[in-house]
Amino acid sequence: MTSILCQQLCKTFEQGGSLIKGLDHVDLSIEPGEFVCLSGPSGSGKTTLLNALGGLDTPDQGEITIGDQRIDQLSKKQLAHLRLQKIGFVFQAFNLVPVLSARENVEFVMQLQGIDKAERRQRSDTILAEVGLAGLEQRRPAQLSGGQQQRVAVARAIVSNPVLVLADEPTANLDSNSASQLMDLFQQLNQKRGITFVIATHDQRVMSYCRRLIRMQDGRIVSDETQPGKIALQSEGVAPQEQAL
Amino acid sequence: MKQLQTLSTLAWRNLWRNYRRTLIMTSAIALGVWAMIFMTAMLRGMMADMITQGVNNLPGHIQLHHPEYRADPSIVNRFAPPGDELLEQLNQADIKSWSARVRVPAVIASERASRGVNLIGVDPAEPLPLDGNLLKDGRSLETESDRGLIMGAKLAERLETRLGKRVVLMSQDPDNNVVDRGFRVVGIFESELSATEENQVYAGRATLQKMLRMDQKISELVILTEEQRLLQPTVERLAQSAPHLEVLPWYELDRFLGTSVETFDGFSMVFIVVIFLALSFGLVNTLVMAIFERTREIGLMQALGMTPASICVQILLEAMMLLLIGLLVGNALVLLSLHSIKDGLDISGVAEGMALMGAGSVLKPALHTLDVIRANGVVLVLGIVACALPAWQASRLDPITTMNHT
Repeated sequence: MTSILCQQLCKTFEQGGSLIKGLDHVDLSIEPGEFVCLSGPSGSGKTTLLNALGGLDTPDQGEITIGDQRIDQLSKKQLAHLRLQKIGFVFQAFNLVPVLSARENVEFVMQLQGIDKAERRQRSDTILAEVGLAGLEQRRPAQLSGGQQQRVAVARAIVSNPVLVLADEPTANLDSNSASQLMDLFQQLNQKRGITFVIATHDQRVMSYCRRLIRMQDGRIVSDETQPGKIALQSEGVAPQEQAL
Repeated sequence: MKQLQTLSTLAWRNLWRNYRRTLIMTSAIALGVWAMIFMTAMLRGMMADMITQGVNNLPGHIQLHHPEYRADPSIVNRFAPPGDELLEQLNQADIKSWSARVRVPAVIASERASRGVNLIGVDPAEPLPLDGNLLKDGRSLETESDRGLIMGAKLAERLETRLGKRVVLMSQDPDNNVVDRGFRVVGIFESELSATEENQVYAGRATLQKMLRMDQKISELVILTEEQRLLQPTVERLAQSAPHLEVLPWYELDRFLGTSVETFDGFSMVFIVVIFLALSFGLVNTLVMAIFERTREIGLMQALGMTPASICVQILLEAMMLLLIGLLVGNALVLLSLHSIKDGLDISGVAEGMALMGAGSVLKPALHTLDVIRANGVVLVLGIVACALPAWQASRLDPITTMNHT
């Protein structure tokens, strides 16, 4: 299992002629299989931290280690490889490739990994069924609802068995029912597969699902609390395939 | 390989996202390629026609003369028929045929008018007895001792003479004495070029040699070769065998024609490049717009683990597919349009002007494989090169910035 360690992370942006601290000496350690929420107001640094953890952005200072690998010193190509093999992303705006069907979107990452067609097909269909989209594999993003699109994005994020899933405001564009169902799905995947989830949000409902809640402000971690976390529907006996968003 | 397949699928689908734009660009490429190849084929056809006409009128691909003959084409500058060494060279495989001729300036007179002409003595058994001209009325010369005369239709009109009438030809012998002889008009020819019809008359070689008192000597040796344009090795070989004679290929004998052909060669390349430049702006613009519209998506792909090189390859594949479709349609259009005028395009409306350049009134296109490869190659290779910059720029986009792009 892979743990995440951040030490003294700093990131500064220039905006309107003045310097803004996106991350200000952030120290953070996340154990494998944790279900973590980063919360805070807009501009508090949660997305910046998420981007740095995912290798999308490089800190000005400090170290990030995933497992035994320092990622803050990797090249663009190495970072792309790391994201491909170890990290899954779920974004606020669903971000599916519009010219690909739901199945092809899920298969896309596996295609980049060089997995053969039969295995891709089997894994994508299984995962789509797991997130409750059986029968919708051939539909393109424009033919799916917002909730369904986000489920496809989740399926794509987890299909290659990443050690870490980073989700940035995943429920921001969803209605409350779809948001709850998505969080149930995240929790099930966390429990069932042991995937580490780090979710950036300022949605109180999302925070209620997390067992660890990190609050940020002005680029700093202002609190790091452990809480019971909401119990996933699966543990109450409802299979995810039976839920419809 | 698997990744290339994925990138190809993405490129193909992205291409048809904005199908209207793709269709417009494909049509532009197809039209451009059609214009490049079709116009080059027409130019080549015209050049081939000009060369054929030129070779028929000179006549021959190569001519051998006395070194002073071109400056003073009189009987003084005559030479002996080919000896053994030259004959051996004239029997080589690259030489199709040859003929020995007498050509002197003369005055022709009918009972109503007289004119200056080129008097040509030929052996009808040898090639091009009438150069490239067609016998319209009467008969051909039968032997080199034939006593008849063949003249052009326009000359007959000017002299107010006709088939069966007698005319007098007057010239000089080697001692500068005036010699003359009466000939009966046995044939009237037509020529693509009006100047030829007015200025050339044909008689038997032996008859003229006797009239001009030049024994067996001749004015020129006319050679037809298998190759039309690459004549230098043959010219050099013949010059070694006949050091006392001037050996010249058609493009030096007719400088205007030679220069025109060279100019057309260069022009066709300039034409291809100019069309390509016009095309490339549209092509690059299409690609830049396509990238701009997909900026966010490119960021997403990078976030998912696609390398900058793969992004670059995907966009280049898209450009290549666009180019290939355009090339395919363009080449099909070329074949269709050339097939529709395979018997030639009648340009008699501008034939006077074309005749000045030595071309006939029916233009037959000549499609050369090399021209097709060159036009397709220029569009494909330079097209991809032109698209390399936007593709490279797309691969350098920052995923965070691009994913915030709206």
